[in-house]
Amino acid sequence: TSLGRGLLALLSRDTLDEETWEEVEDTLLTADVGVGPTQELVERLRTRVRVLGTRTAEDMRLMLREELVELIGPGMDRSLKTARHPDGRPAVVLVVGVNGTGKTTTVGKLARVLVSEERDVVLGAADTFRAAAADQLTTWGERVGVPTVRGAEGADPASVAFDALKQGTELEADVVLVDTAGRLQNKVGLMDELGKVKRVLERQGPVDEVLLVLDATTGQNGLIQARVFSEAVAVSGIVLTKLDGTAKGGIVVAVQRELGVPVKLVGLGEGPDDLAPFEPEAFVDALLA
Amino acid sequence: MFNTLQDRLSATFKGLRGKGRLSDSDIDAAARELRVALLEADVALPVVREFVAAVRERAKSPEVQQSVNPAQRVLDIVNEELIAILGGEARRIRLAKTPPTVIMLAGLQGAGKTTLAGKLARWLRGQGHQPLLVACDLQRPNAVNQLQIVAERAGSAFFGPEPGNGVGDPVDVARRAVAYAREKQHDVVVVDTAGRLGIDAELMQQAADIRDAVKPDETLFVVDAMIGQDAVVTAQAFLDGVGFDGVVLTKLDGDARGGAALSVAKVTGRQVMFASNGEKLDDFDVFHPDRMASRILDLGDLQTLLEGAAKV
Ligand SMILES: Nc1nc2c(ncn2[C@@H]2O[C@H](COP(=O)(O)OP(=O)(O)OP(=O)(O)O)[C@@H](O)[C@H]2O)c(=O)[nH]1
Ligand SMILES: Nc1nc2c(ncn2[C@@H]2O[C@H](COP(=O)(O)OP(=O)(O)OP(=O)(O)O)[C@@H](O)[C@H]2O)c(=O)[nH]1
Ligand SMILES: [Mg+2]
Ligand SMILES: [Mg+2]
Repeated sequence: TSLGRGLLALLSRDTLDEETWEEVEDTLLTADVGVGPTQELVERLRTRVRVLGTRTAEDMRLMLREELVELIGPGMDRSLKTARHPDGRPAVVLVVGVNGTGKTTTVGKLARVLVSEERDVVLGAADTFRAAAADQLTTWGERVGVPTVRGAEGADPASVAFDALKQGTELEADVVLVDTAGRLQNKVGLMDELGKVKRVLERQGPVDEVLLVLDATTGQNGLIQARVFSEAVAVSGIVLTKLDGTAKGGIVVAVQRELGVPVKLVGLGEGPDDLAPFEPEAFVDALLA
Repeated sequence: MFNTLQDRLSATFKGLRGKGRLSDSDIDAAARELRVALLEADVALPVVREFVAAVRERAKSPEVQQSVNPAQRVLDIVNEELIAILGGEARRIRLAKTPPTVIMLAGLQGAGKTTLAGKLARWLRGQGHQPLLVACDLQRPNAVNQLQIVAERAGSAFFGPEPGNGVGDPVDVARRAVAYAREKQHDVVVVDTAGRLGIDAELMQQAADIRDAVKPDETLFVVDAMIGQDAVVTAQAFLDGVGFDGVVLTKLDGDARGGAALSVAKVTGRQVMFASNGEKLDDFDVFHPDRMASRILDLGDLQTLLEGAAKV
């Protein structure tokens, strides 16, 4: 099988035979790009190859890279809106996603980035459900030197979020980062609860960023996650975590293609500095490697 | 939503159903749809290949060709082959001849290990055991507190002598836990470990060291049902790095098809033993291969469709 072999090596032969095409397809499939997008990509590539009379695998590889980068939208705005509002209200970033993807860790890392830019940050522990979730966030807050607003265990997450924003405003913070409990997108009650968290924050003004945290190991369910969370809370950006592992995170190709929501950040480890901006070219190169 | 899988397969099989005999090209068409269906269910590509080849082979046999309804036979074969890989009857936990029985949990970050520890404790207590939950994740912020709370909720004893958050040696804690269990007469020890990546050699060695220190009767690989093609790579890495005896599939309360179950079982030869299907301690069940088979291929619905088609 082609598993584990790089596309570069695969394509070192200098003619384009059926086997080569199959290997291209396999590379995309094993990166979780999904059957639909893979077949479309390969089809488009085949057409281009025919039209241009491309003969070498290397040229084809470059074309594939180009197509993938194009799909991911190189021109998309991937910046985070974290500037304080003219009325003195802090920017609000709401972090959402299914269970265990890395939301709390991402909030901690993001706080670290903002602190290093000399901005004042307040964390809101709106996960009042999972055992020790607020403790975990508080530890992150201490680690990066920012305060954490928390409620009692089982408290209404919307009211904790509200308190965090209130305290953030009082403290004249630049950014309030709100961590939420993991929830599977097919749990209607929990999705409604998330909608309420957002609405309560919006009473003070628009939420600046809603970041959906997707785990790079996620397969085809990732697209459904993105779809349902977007419907519930209008996701403005994606954080693709755990890219330091063997998973390629190819599902974000379909996510960006279908929803147009840009991946903004990537998680590359469990430490405070393991957060980086998403770079389409680097992502595609890793996907094809 | 995601109906392509169901639509495609049912369309193909409906086509097949009208015929008394399956031509090679019918079988090839069905095999192609089966391949797509499995890939969309996140079954790993190498497993898909082997699986489809096996089904195709059997579909061409006289047994199928001479059956009254070949299309139905093909469906049955798909189901049978799936269940065969997923492992028939679920295996029970092996208890040690001399207690304590040691169960070690291992898996990727965020898979659901700590939650599972609580579920196992609750379940074991229900069977008359006196479990001890051991906090060997001394790395992730507040993993120790999390396990402690989970143990309380499960009404289980807890052993967490080190504060964690980077302080303490998990191998040492594991070793002391077994001695402690013996002394306090806990007959089952459940060791929660930190999440780790398959490629993290250092942490994989740590897991192997914990294993060597406690000699588990069961090492369970905990895997998220939402995982995609990485399932096989990671499962193999854990098999090589620390070894495991059984698999637990988590987050089955979601709408992922759970092809990982098939991938991991096929590649490692280890059975899925338990299913975790919720955040609460009771959301836990022994694994049912037949249910998983229909989940992966949406055969429940497909069956209904076929029955509907037959009436028309
Ligand atoms: N290797 C790696 N691990 C990560 C990354 N991000 C988070 N993790 C780990 O993944 C696990 C889950 O992270 P959390 O931040 O607790 O995830 P969460 O989404 O807040 O989880 P819930 O609140 O329980 O839904 C932890 O062990 C983290 O250390 C990453 O980018 N790389
Ligand atoms: N919906 C659902 N959530 C689950 C299930 N099992 C665990 N979770 C959730 O998944 C998240 C991660 O679970 P943990 O038990 O902390 O996972 P872990 O493997 O111990 O994570 P690390 O220690 O960080 O590697 C938490 O939000 C759990 O509540 C399940 O079966 N269904
Ligand atoms: Mg969290
Ligand atoms: Mg844990």
